[in-house]
Amino acid sequence: MRKFKSNLIVALCGASVLLALVPLAMILFYVISRGFSALNWAFFTQTPKPVGEAGGGMGNAIVGTLILIVIAGVIAIPVGVLSGVHLAEFKGTRFSSMVRFAADVLNGVPSIVIGIFAYAIIVLPLKRFSAIAGGFALAIIVIPVVARTTEELLRLVPGGLKEAALALGATRAKAMFSVILPAALPGILTGILVALARVAGETAPLLFTAFNNRFFSTNVTQPIGSLTVQVFTYALSPYDDWIRQAWAGALVLVTMILILSIIARVATRRLERMARG
Amino acid sequence: MDEVKITVRDFDFYYGTNKVLHAISLDIPKNRVTALIGPSGCGKSTFLRSINRMNDIIPGIRVDGKILVDDVDVYGSGIDVVSLRRRVGMVFQKSNPFPKSIYENVAYGLRINGLRDKRKLDEAVSRSLDRAALLDEVKDRLNASALALSGGQQQRLCIARALAVDPDVLLMDEPASALDPIATQKIEELVFDLKKNYTIVIVTHNMQQAARVSDRTAFFMLGKLVEYDDTRTIFMNPSVKLTEDYITGRFG
Amino acid sequence: MPIIKTSEDRALRLGTGAFAVFVVLLVAGIGVVLTQQSVLSIRKFGLAFWTRSTWNPVSGEFGALPFIWGTLYSSLIALLIAAPIALGIAIFINEISPLKLRQPLSYLTELLAAIPSIVYGLWGIFVLVPIVRKLELLAPEWLKKVPLFTGPPLGVGMLSAGVILAVMVVPLTSSVAREILRGVPMTQREAALALGATRWEAIRIALGYGRTGIIGAVMLGLGRALGETMAVTMVIGNNPQVSTSLFAPQYTMAAVIANEFTEAADELYLHALIEIGLVLFLITIVVNALSRILTRRVVRA
Repeated sequence: MRKFKSNLIVALCGASVLLALVPLAMILFYVISRGFSALNWAFFTQTPKPVGEAGGGMGNAIVGTLILIVIAGVIAIPVGVLSGVHLAEFKGTRFSSMVRFAADVLNGVPSIVIGIFAYAIIVLPLKRFSAIAGGFALAIIVIPVVARTTEELLRLVPGGLKEAALALGATRAKAMFSVILPAALPGILTGILVALARVAGETAPLLFTAFNNRFFSTNVTQPIGSLTVQVFTYALSPYDDWIRQAWAGALVLVTMILILSIIARVATRRLERMARG
Repeated sequence: MDEVKITVRDFDFYYGTNKVLHAISLDIPKNRVTALIGPSGCGKSTFLRSINRMNDIIPGIRVDGKILVDDVDVYGSGIDVVSLRRRVGMVFQKSNPFPKSIYENVAYGLRINGLRDKRKLDEAVSRSLDRAALLDEVKDRLNASALALSGGQQQRLCIARALAVDPDVLLMDEPASALDPIATQKIEELVFDLKKNYTIVIVTHNMQQAARVSDRTAFFMLGKLVEYDDTRTIFMNPSVKLTEDYITGRFG
Repeated sequence: MPIIKTSEDRALRLGTGAFAVFVVLLVAGIGVVLTQQSVLSIRKFGLAFWTRSTWNPVSGEFGALPFIWGTLYSSLIALLIAAPIALGIAIFINEISPLKLRQPLSYLTELLAAIPSIVYGLWGIFVLVPIVRKLELLAPEWLKKVPLFTGPPLGVGMLSAGVILAVMVVPLTSSVAREILRGVPMTQREAALALGATRWEAIRIALGYGRTGIIGAVMLGLGRALGETMAVTMVIGNNPQVSTSLFAPQYTMAAVIANEFTEAADELYLHALIEIGLVLFLITIVVNALSRILTRRVVRA
């Protein structure tokens, strides 16, 4: 009887894995099958056609998403990495535990709330939606991830390296930036890449910051289109052609995120091998 | 008596409220090898790391008394720890090459001091590798990663790296304890060679090693300096009973 | 004699600290700015804002009860579905699965976490909702008398929202639960097995050892579910009503912000929406802080 119960529960655990893989398989299946048939050259190169007209594409939205990621990276990488350096180097202080706690809290704040914050401090004073506001919102999401990843990876660097650098007359700062940080860099870069890939899939914080734009735009003080917001708009529309394009957009989005994750993995491995020689 | 390089007077060391070194006083001679021996936890490594203030990175420590290198108190006010460590080099128990090329490892100390001249760097790198008896083995692959070297080679690389900044004192914390006998022998020969130009202080667990390489030996126990004399005297004819017991392996 | 710190050390501390302070300021800033921007609504409605269920932008009547109800209800459903599954996955990958399968299985569940919310939403409207509608049509008449299952079978509504949230919460909860299980010393299981325990009994010992952490993992999932926006917005039906029915279209705090923010023409409307955001922010902070405390204690032990 006890044996039977044990086997039953083991089987249930196996079943829950399968149960979780069902939606994964379904989502990938639908995104690929529906998205692929709607993909064509125009999708990548053209801008949306006026309401009701078939054709057009999301070229502007793809460029927009890339611009938003670049803005987010420019803000988040220095803040995140240097905060992580501080957390790793001054780990015992009360200030550090406060920062660590703040980073964890920030990581759990819903992205829509971060969107409101970016709206209040950038959109309201500028009196218009802008790529800057959208990129800033995304940066806030990325900062805590980069900070905590940097901290964890710096702590994995053997303490002997720091001692060796100090014994050669390096200051703490020199030891950090010339030895410890470079040793952890492959991992940190991967963390940054994965975090940026994930944030490329965010929609909620862009709705009222970057807003949307039907046209190609590279002006960061103007509203800008993004894949996610465009997919959202099209998905809820009554037009078949737009809905097909929404699936195509989802496919591009998922592919982009998966490719970035894979590049990150491969890059770490290569960088590690280079470090080892 | 030889010229004195390092003078230690009534040196105390505390971790928090815990006193781990008690009133250490000794004179370390120039261009000689001085061995620090004693059972684990006797304070010999703490003492070694006090000389170049490597213990500073541990929070909550405090010192009393004096350590003078060339008659300058290393704990005196206005002492620049960074330049102290440049003059007093250190080699660690576990070899710790940076994950960079062989060349960059040796050049590191010079680069952080602002040396940019490629020719001078090249010169210093090959001179240091030569002094560490490693040049012949690596001269064709200076750009290879240091992590590809064998354990013994890595340790000699760390010695070369320490020598490159041109220190006059070299502190060695059980530099051969993780190495096989052949690699150990190479390190010992190297230590013997290096004393022509450097004052060497070496912590070792291995008494034969102390007997082989050193000129003077200091025996530490429970944070106190028990006996300090010529190595020959310590091993053949120690004046303190405790030293004799330790040397003959009656505890340890 | 105390040890003197060099000036370079101080520069490193202050230089990097200046960036670290930014992280703290962001959290504080969100709280302050959201409060400032919702002051009109807070002054006008006070606490009644959270107990009234009229939401009429035209007449300027704002009550947020339907949204907080929808958020809590949908998150509860999500947890009821996701917690056992996530725990099952964590147990399977950590304790049961052959070593060769562990890496690929954990990679696959991580993949589930990498899919953007908007893609879940797209799949939700066009695939999940029709399936749910079919299931609702199958419900026998007597079942429809139960308050949980009243109303027309629309497909969009609380049930779809709960299911989609569950799918999205599983990867996070199971990965933290695995972390906790990994922190349980092997000797705990061995001791049980040596006493003649079955595999499940040994696993139960491990679960008991890590129970606070596992609760923390589930709470982390709750925090995620409370704030999830896009997928829920697309399948819940967006109807501000308080209903116990799983079939009924309802609304959540995050969804109303996403849908109506750019339409909020007058200031009071905007402030009412931001007040909802402020409360969402405060709730998720509490939930996340609690879960951090619970998970950290165990991981350390």
